[in-house]
Amino acid sequence: MSKVLVIAQHADGKLSAAVSKTVSAAVAIGGEVVVAVFAVDGAAVAAEAAKIAGVTKVLTVNNAANEHLLAAALAPQIVELAKGYSHVLFPGTTFGKDLAPRVAAKLDVQQVSDIMAVNSPTSFDRPIYAGNAITTVEAPASPLILGTVRLASFQAAAQGGSAAVESASVSATIPTHTRFVNLEAQKSDRPELQSANRVVSGGRALASSENFKIIYDLADKLRAGVGASRAAVDSGYVPNDMQVGQTGKIIAPELYIAIGISGAIQHLAGIKDARTIVAINKDAEAPIFEVADFGLVGDLFQVVPELTGKV
Amino acid sequence: MKALVSVKRAVDYNVRIQVKPDGSGVVTEGVKHSMNPFDEIAMEEAVRLKEKGKITEIIAITVGGAKNEETLRSALAFGADRAIHIKEEGEIQPLTAAKALAAAFKKEGAQVFFAGKQAIDDDANQTGQMVASLLDLPQATFASKVELDGNKATVTREVDAGLETLEVDLPAVITADLRLNEPRYLKLPDIMKAKKKPIDVQSFSSLGVTPGAGLKTTKTSAPPKRSKGIVVKTVDELVAALKGKGLL
Ligand SMILES: Cc1cc2nc3c(=O)[nH]c(=O)nc-3n(C[C@H](O)[C@H](O)[C@H](O)COP(=O)(O)OP(=O)(O)OC[C@H]3O[C@@H](n4cnc5c(N)ncnc54)[C@H](O)[C@@H]3O)c2cc1C
Repeated sequence: MSKVLVIAQHADGKLSAAVSKTVSAAVAIGGEVVVAVFAVDGAAVAAEAAKIAGVTKVLTVNNAANEHLLAAALAPQIVELAKGYSHVLFPGTTFGKDLAPRVAAKLDVQQVSDIMAVNSPTSFDRPIYAGNAITTVEAPASPLILGTVRLASFQAAAQGGSAAVESASVSATIPTHTRFVNLEAQKSDRPELQSANRVVSGGRALASSENFKIIYDLADKLRAGVGASRAAVDSGYVPNDMQVGQTGKIIAPELYIAIGISGAIQHLAGIKDARTIVAINKDAEAPIFEVADFGLVGDLFQVVPELTGKV
Repeated sequence: MKALVSVKRAVDYNVRIQVKPDGSGVVTEGVKHSMNPFDEIAMEEAVRLKEKGKITEIIAITVGGAKNEETLRSALAFGADRAIHIKEEGEIQPLTAAKALAAAFKKEGAQVFFAGKQAIDDDANQTGQMVASLLDLPQATFASKVELDGNKATVTREVDAGLETLEVDLPAVITADLRLNEPRYLKLPDIMKAKKKPIDVQSFSSLGVTPGAGLKTTKTSAPPKRSKGIVVKTVDELVAALKGKGLL
């Protein structure tokens, strides 16, 4: 039977929403699901993780070196903890993507990146070429299987569990060669991009950060999260954490509204799982219209304020 | 200070990917290839650091078949001083590539290992981290700003929450994200000069690497197609359509 270890991501004493989606992938593998919380003091985060349905047990590994969840500090501890597990899963966030290969190399296993479907405990689907092809891979069961989970492919596991929380200790030498300096986090009251039901995104056409107000106004009216194309981020209209696409965030909202975005394959890679896509673009030939459920050809500076007034 | 920059040959990012009808993979024959865009950024960063006098020698390195020589020539045109070609045909998985790259890095006694954060073919996002892990070195992935200062590097990273800055001791592994820089256009004289720069050919066996059991790809399929929707003429029509689907 499988025994899956899920590595928890958390910040400011709160469990990341990515964890319950990672648990869903673990549940699909089957067997026991154990969530590991590495923290300075993981009690509060562990209590949250224990409530996720499907979780068998939560382990806390407390260590002052776990303050910033640095890959270099966590990897040797995970390598120790992973003994006896059949699978180790990480959320497919920048946290998991940074950390997982560091653990995989130490355990001498090839990693399965971006698991989008679990076919069996050893067979998984994953996207390649920005999601333009899907491969099915068979991973050797021994010594164990390690992967990251593509969050847009899994629903969050339900609440209502009551797993036991235990503290675990691992003996690992934690290197001091990597030091945290600071985190410039964007504070926003808007729904978080990766879990928002609705997302409104703006592209290069917005032409300035001031003009992005048009996007924010519509988003606020819809209680939507706000995203952007790479071009909008590169031009400095919005911060990097808003980028949607192959190399930004991969999202799966119910409603995605792309405004002044051409629809490059790298952008589309981030929105393939959106339920409904709306495109507003003045160029009727823009590739975004090939994937949009509803398209409106027009000048965003006229159309979007009108839309904001009518929703 | 020596820097090793790993570069990979990949299908060009503008190519529309076709899945083979028999499910055995994607069509790569007769399709334009170029240097993985993230590796170009890594290469550019190394060259800029050399121009600033922080790096003294740049060694471009690749793992792959004979055709990868093209990619190494581009890296040499960017400004690498010499190149190492770990020549192996067929599919190479990240951990195997990382073992070879780590062995070469150690042999060269370099201080910085630069790579792109991911290759746009398999999108694995693993190799740099694995090189760091195999050598017990610090890693600073998804870099959008790099400063080298003596025996330390300060690296700003693009993370989901915003921008994180780390300080790492050298030697270290740094992987490039999109906004680290904008790679230069290669000029003809540099391309000509690159033809004369040396490429040292190595192999897994010369570096003491044995490829282990890896993932087996059993099938490659096209993603579900999104059907083309409808074009509405007015904002009112759009609002009505969204209401009709229960989205407003
Ligand atoms: C390796 C790599 C990775 C990448 N990763 C990503 C990624 O993760 N995410 C991403 O988004 N991109 C990514 N890109 C970039 C991608 O290829 C495109 O360059 C980018 O998505 C373009 O952004 P855009 O659509 O905003 O700009 P453009 O392509 O310039 O499109 C602007 C659109 O706005 C329309 N427009 C202009 N004015 C108006 C107006 N007044 N009203 C209405 N419409 C208007 C135009 O018709 C046009 O369609 C990546 C590229 C590479 C090479």
